[in-house]
Amino acid sequence: MTGPAVQTRGLTKRFRHQLAVDDVDLEVPTGAVYGFLGPNGSGKTTTIRMLLGLIRPTAGVPTVLGEPIPERISHALPRVGSLVEGPAFHPYLSGRKNLQRLDAADPYASRRSAARRIDAALERVGLMPAADKTYRAYSLGMRQRLAIAAALLQPRDLLVLDEPTNGLDPQGTREVRHLVADLADDGATILISSHLLSEVEQICSHVGVMHAGKLLAQGTIEELRAQTAPTVRLETTDPAAAIKIMKELGLGRPHSERSGDHHLVVAALGKVETAKIVPALVADGVPVLGFAVATQSLEDVFVGLTGEGFDVSG
Amino acid sequence: MSAVEAVPNPVVSWLRLFGSECRLVISRRRNIAGLGVLAAVPILIAVAVKIWGVGGGGPSFVDAITGNGLFVALAALAVELPLFLPLAVSWISGDAIAGEANLGTLRYLLTVPVGRTRLLTVKYASLIFFSLAATVLVALVGALIGSILFGTGPMILLSGDTIGFGATVVRLALVCCYLAAGFAALAAIGLFVSTLTEQPIGATVATVLINVGMFVLDTITQLDWLHPYLLTHWWMSFGDLLRSPIYTGDISRGLLTALAYAIIFWLAAWARFSSKDVTS
Repeated sequence: MTGPAVQTRGLTKRFRHQLAVDDVDLEVPTGAVYGFLGPNGSGKTTTIRMLLGLIRPTAGVPTVLGEPIPERISHALPRVGSLVEGPAFHPYLSGRKNLQRLDAADPYASRRSAARRIDAALERVGLMPAADKTYRAYSLGMRQRLAIAAALLQPRDLLVLDEPTNGLDPQGTREVRHLVADLADDGATILISSHLLSEVEQICSHVGVMHAGKLLAQGTIEELRAQTAPTVRLETTDPAAAIKIMKELGLGRPHSERSGDHHLVVAALGKVETAKIVPALVADGVPVLGFAVATQSLEDVFVGLTGEGFDVSG
Repeated sequence: MSAVEAVPNPVVSWLRLFGSECRLVISRRRNIAGLGVLAAVPILIAVAVKIWGVGGGGPSFVDAITGNGLFVALAALAVELPLFLPLAVSWISGDAIAGEANLGTLRYLLTVPVGRTRLLTVKYASLIFFSLAATVLVALVGALIGSILFGTGPMILLSGDTIGFGATVVRLALVCCYLAAGFAALAAIGLFVSTLTEQPIGATVATVLINVGMFVLDTITQLDWLHPYLLTHWWMSFGDLLRSPIYTGDISRGLLTALAYAIIFWLAAWARFSSKDVTS
């Protein structure tokens, strides 16, 4: 299909006392693995619930797989698998029976192929050995896997996963990562909401950052890193001369800090060609003890956008 | 890319969800225990009458048990009418939406997707099924234990006539249907209350209180004008089905009242549920 898998224009949600989502223009390109980031309380889950038709927006219309929600929700959601705010199942039913119930509720699922599809989904998440145990007896990791299995009962064009690796052991985390990669290769679009920035960095092609209800930044990972400038880090014994040269070259805001028995001069790279810096310094006699260009990690970008504080957004 | 499996047949998919819902209600252990309690009452009545005989001045229909064991069914229904059966119906209907919200399974059901209207129709249909099943269970167990302990003879109707075994069974079935209709209307009230909260116990208690409230109002003579509009006012009229000819006046009023309550409260539930933000 052409057009983005998920698109919202001016999506807003106001609860009685709070503006939870403020004019969000989300855009998830088809086929992307989109990492949805934000501190607790930033409005990510509310946005996801609006995409799935669980909450009605105050303003704006979300569009999922080309269909507006909630007007055409019955056309869009059969092709969407989701995991929102943790797994939830009937504790007195087995894993398999829980999946049977969800399958029975799906108007597009044929009863004839139900057993085969349920087995395939259980197999894919590694839950076959425990399929007939009651859900009450499942560990958190098993519950999480069952929730992912439920999202895979039918072939999906879009998967919305809220913290899919929560509670999983390292083996399980790796399996989920491979699963996400497989599904993306099959052509599905994946929207992952996560706090694990290192994970997002590994598997996502696009990123969106929310804070206090606003979408602060959105784009491919490279675009996001480029937005927050890489820095030049020079170790030298003559910081004053180094700063003078850097200013001449056009590096932004050079400043120095003491670092052990020498100085560390840091400046923003800006548009300056990296290759020109060291020759310029050496030509002027500035001693170069160490030189590096550091791109910010996603964590730095994230914290830079959302602030250092530990408090939740609201 | 993927393609979904089949063009959906709305009737087949509705029935499939309905079947799943009924199975869920019947197979849950605590519901089975509740049904067991309902079934124990007729057994208790039959055994008590067998051991200690008829005392006279007991609940309705008990006196006639020794003549025809099928009266155990009617006696049990009369005994369970004020509390046991409405409680069971309130329990299941209060759990309908609030229970799913409490477990968190409501959001996963809605995103399958199950449309909100479709969910409410399936849930209410399963509540009608349960009302009928519970009533028939009590009557069936009563009839069985009564036949075993007292045998079946000709039934002497309230109007004085005598009818045979087959006709008795038919009358019993009619009584079950009439009472089940009343309980189904109560279930609509329960379904509405269930959409207002995420605590199934709260919904159950509220529905039971509404039921008891109606019983109480029915006893206040100053509110005579109100009585015909109370759902429970017509429940005891099931005795009219045991006359020959069947006296339809109160029965039809009762059915009409039940229908009105069912429609009004289902629509109220629908109005509330359709626009509700599901944050559970």
